[in-house]
Amino acid sequence: MIFKAMQSIIQRLPALCVAILMLLMLPLPLSAQDIARLTGRVNDYADMISGDVEEQIDAKLQALEEEESTQIVVLTIPSLEGEVLEEYSMRVVEDWKVGQKKLDNGALLLVSRDDRKLRIEVGYGLEGKLTDLQSGRIIDNLIVPRFARGAIDEGFLVGTDAMIAAVKGEYIAADAPPSDDGSGGSILPLLIMLLFIIYFYRQVPRSGSGRGSGPIVFGGGPGGFSGGGGFSSGGFSGGGGSFGGGGSSGSW
Amino acid sequence: MRYSVSRLFVLLVLTVMSGMLSSCGYNAIQQNDESVNKAWGDLESQLQRRSDLIPNLVATVKGAADFEQETLTGVIEARAKASSVQLTPEMLSDPQAMQQFQSAQGELSGMLSRLMVVVERYPELKANQNFRDLQNQLEGTENRISVARQRYNGAVEVFNYSIRMFPNSMTNGMLLHLKPKEYFKADAASREVPAVNF
Repeated sequence: MIFKAMQSIIQRLPALCVAILMLLMLPLPLSAQDIARLTGRVNDYADMISGDVEEQIDAKLQALEEEESTQIVVLTIPSLEGEVLEEYSMRVVEDWKVGQKKLDNGALLLVSRDDRKLRIEVGYGLEGKLTDLQSGRIIDNLIVPRFARGAIDEGFLVGTDAMIAAVKGEYIAADAPPSDDGSGGSILPLLIMLLFIIYFYRQVPRSGSGRGSGPIVFGGGPGGFSGGGGFSSGGFSGGGGSFGGGGSSGSW
Repeated sequence: MRYSVSRLFVLLVLTVMSGMLSSCGYNAIQQNDESVNKAWGDLESQLQRRSDLIPNLVATVKGAADFEQETLTGVIEARAKASSVQLTPEMLSDPQAMQQFQSAQGELSGMLSRLMVVVERYPELKANQNFRDLQNQLEGTENRISVARQRYNGAVEVFNYSIRMFPNSMTNGMLLHLKPKEYFKADAASREVPAVNF
């Protein structure tokens, strides 16, 4: 009986190897466990903002995007866990890709609660209006004084208002390029998948001799086609904008 | 059944190989080379941006901290030296040229850090909005430089690998003769906190 089991494993081996090979070839996301998920325009993981203020800010940011295609998002995290603020911020915006693809009109207000640090990260397209200087002033003059005296909600409200005011008028919604879902990934896995489909369909009529290697193969397929991060249930997602490191940091 | 699985296997291998062998990497190498040049251009423009901020910064500090003549002069001289060492894309494979460029930029970074440390002694300067604006701009630029450098090094890694892997290494050896590019390392000097004697 053991011999039979081993025999069947050995017979499955080529197919298994192929399945593993296929899985390895599919684009795998880099593991970056610390990046928070984008769930909406205001991502209050550190519970710093009260519910109705969150809604207010969300409404304003949504209005901005509808008018101008510019995407500003807010993220609060409990702690940086030892990472440098600017590095974490870059990882977030490179993952979330807020702002439209060709326009790069995205910005992030990031606050780390326990570290008492904050940063405004500005996309390439907004650097003309929301300059390092502007971001610096918003942080130093508007947000930090309020955070320092405990007026957290007010700090967020005033900060986001100022960011919106700074970028207003820079873009109009009609500027936004048509959204494309192209994953741009390698065509190779797709090709191999097609080959498998062809060969397995040829096998099916010869019932009884077909081995059960089908499920393994097809299980590996669909998983690879889900695109990069940034998709949420709320229907909000980054538009593919890129960032160059502009912005300003502060602490309170 | 076993016959059709091994046929499958062969087909798989052939497909993979044909993907790899497409033009033996000639186009891929060219593309990677261009990526490196573009990334270098980005990095250079950020370094230039930093250089442009300095005169204003020096003038603002001078107004309040005239005693720090030595430090200010140090910054001005380091800037002049950094501007004089140019690195064109063709020189990206030259380790010596890269080393020179890196250390000139590193010295400037060091001098700027020193200036920022010295400025701590002057509260009226820190209260000055003008100065704070400049400081924000400088910090923003330093961050941009850091990002641009990381992206440049990333592009170099892709390029260097693409000329070394088989079969591209043959294409490179016989046709293109491109040398691996140098990484832009953060200069050791710029990382040490300069000692300031009060």
